[in-house]
Amino acid sequence: MKVSTMAEFMARGEQPEVLFWVGCAGSFDQRAQKITQAFATILDKAGVRYAILGKEEACTGDPARRAGNEFMFQMMAYQNIQILNGYEIKKIVTTCPHCFNTLKNEYPALGGVYDVIHHTTFLQELIEQGKIKFTDSNEWKGKSITYHDSCYLGRANEIYEAPRKVLESLDMELREMKRCKSKGLCCGAGGAQMFKEEEKGDKRINTERADEAIETKADYVASACPFCNTMMTDGIKNRDTEVQTEVLDIAEIIAKAIQ
Amino acid sequence: MALIAQLIFSLLTGIALFLFAKNLLAIRRNILIGRDFELTDQPGKRWKNVLLLAFGQKKMFRNPLVAILHLFVYVGFIIINIELLEIIVDGITGSHRAFAPYLGPFYDFIINCFEVLATLVLIACVIFFSRRNIIRLKRFISKDLNGWPRSDANTILIIEVVLMSLFLIMNAADPASNFLISSHLKGLLQGFSEAQLSMLEHSAWWIHILGIYAFMNYLPYSKHLHIILAFPNAYYASLLPKGEMHNMVSIQNEVLYAMQPELAPTDAAAPEKFGAKDVMDLSWKNLMDAYSCTECGRCSTACPANSTGKLLSPRKIMMSTRDRLEAVGKNIDKNKQFVEDGKSLLHDYISVEELRACTTCNACVEECPVSISPLDIILELRRSLIMEESNAPAEWNGMFSNIENNFAPWKFSPDDRDAWTAQ
Repeated sequence: MKVSTMAEFMARGEQPEVLFWVGCAGSFDQRAQKITQAFATILDKAGVRYAILGKEEACTGDPARRAGNEFMFQMMAYQNIQILNGYEIKKIVTTCPHCFNTLKNEYPALGGVYDVIHHTTFLQELIEQGKIKFTDSNEWKGKSITYHDSCYLGRANEIYEAPRKVLESLDMELREMKRCKSKGLCCGAGGAQMFKEEEKGDKRINTERADEAIETKADYVASACPFCNTMMTDGIKNRDTEVQTEVLDIAEIIAKAIQ
Repeated sequence: MALIAQLIFSLLTGIALFLFAKNLLAIRRNILIGRDFELTDQPGKRWKNVLLLAFGQKKMFRNPLVAILHLFVYVGFIIINIELLEIIVDGITGSHRAFAPYLGPFYDFIINCFEVLATLVLIACVIFFSRRNIIRLKRFISKDLNGWPRSDANTILIIEVVLMSLFLIMNAADPASNFLISSHLKGLLQGFSEAQLSMLEHSAWWIHILGIYAFMNYLPYSKHLHIILAFPNAYYASLLPKGEMHNMVSIQNEVLYAMQPELAPTDAAAPEKFGAKDVMDLSWKNLMDAYSCTECGRCSTACPANSTGKLLSPRKIMMSTRDRLEAVGKNIDKNKQFVEDGKSLLHDYISVEELRACTTCNACVEECPVSISPLDIILELRRSLIMEESNAPAEWNGMFSNIENNFAPWKFSPDDRDAWTAQ
């Protein structure tokens, strides 16, 4: 697919409506790449003029900061803010709640002030504005789904409704897990846990959460974070239920239903 | 004789208030051992938090049944304290029910309300006691509470039951009284002579008020201190989005000067200590959090690490912080200033394994009814571990070097960052 970079926009003397911040998982992780592609497809179909930084994008520094390595975080932030400010970026959309949180809440103090929006909120807006239209016979209609709240979207930034509204707009039956919204249980990936082995305990966190998802007997599990997606997929795999419930990002669900 | 009683009472009241004030000042001194930290912006939002979170107990209502029981105890505690005024006036002046003549029939109404509340407090405390000791809820039998903390919790409940009972007995033994609840207890006192009744009323009166003074002076040593500190703690609660970590300006500047040396001041001071190794490196709000914690364990129940058997317990983080702070306070009392004792909050009170288990999910912060952030302390200790001690698991060191060299936490070539567009 053809996606323009900021450098290309600049060469043409144009500004995009929004910068799509892809994030490290979305760029490199094979599973998350599919989410990135799905979201890019939606942006194309909805007629949004967007750009990516491409090779100029770098880790926001979130996992380093949460592990305790403030130096590494500040170095990455400095570098990213130089590039973003250089391109005079105003608005950023991202498919990763960790990038979202860092860009939105932590870069302003360092001189990087942007209007940052998570892709679930962006999708909700596009649907409300009528820019996203669904096919009449979309495959999701009537299917049940349970939405797993990402901590960095939910508690960290109090975004609980946007992803749910998007799913409801597809006439899906939303089933809540025992712990949801502000009480949602973490998938186990945050705070740089994604990049190390879990400490010893009597159960893995993602197994605990997968059990709650399986308990809803929903046809699908929805996620809005590439790390949650990995953790939930692994957790469900470990449980080896007869039919393995598929974990899909909100963007992937929309991409399959869009006209 | 009556005059002697009045004198003794006044003296005891004075001593109780003096000791209480002394203890509170000691706690204030300990809290101010913490780093300075500005938390006074947006007073409107802060007062709103005091109203909703402290007075309104909003977070408690995440579990409505317990919230209502707790509300009985809380409202009962505040309102019955109004009766305390009369008791103190009676004690000092030697009067009996000093307010009654002024209030007329309204007096009976007020005391009736107090009696109903006292009964509700009594019932709630009995239920709370059985939740801890008979039903044995998981968060109450947790090993976090082994020893003093568990007996502290039970002591508080028993004291409250005793105090409320004494208040009712005192009213029942007053031959002239006819109040809503205590009048039903009069039947139990039928065989008592007038002198015995008077004796009982006076004893109940004395034990009740002395019990309250003792309880007041027990507070500073107890988890029950939350009845005072919940209010300032709500006022000074962070107003930032929960996901936002505190910026470290010293490091921000160091990176800036490394990148743009022309901006570096010639007299740049050496950066302070990074993160927190001990309580004095934490902010005063972190330390007030520690004193505000009533060890209810809602944080640890919600914690994904704790509930899957990891060593981390956010409640224990708060308890350890208070324990260490108390030790540092005693050290200062003894030596006039803090003298190195070879211990620190990190390692001696909170282990690396606990810190490593945190997913920074904010569930503990979200749950806390009194606006405590265990996460803030965890993150500051993590900063010290990494930046002062270079103490990281091998996988994290790999992640750091990947970010440094490949601009991503994994070892991929930065040139492939947009490879997904080609597929």
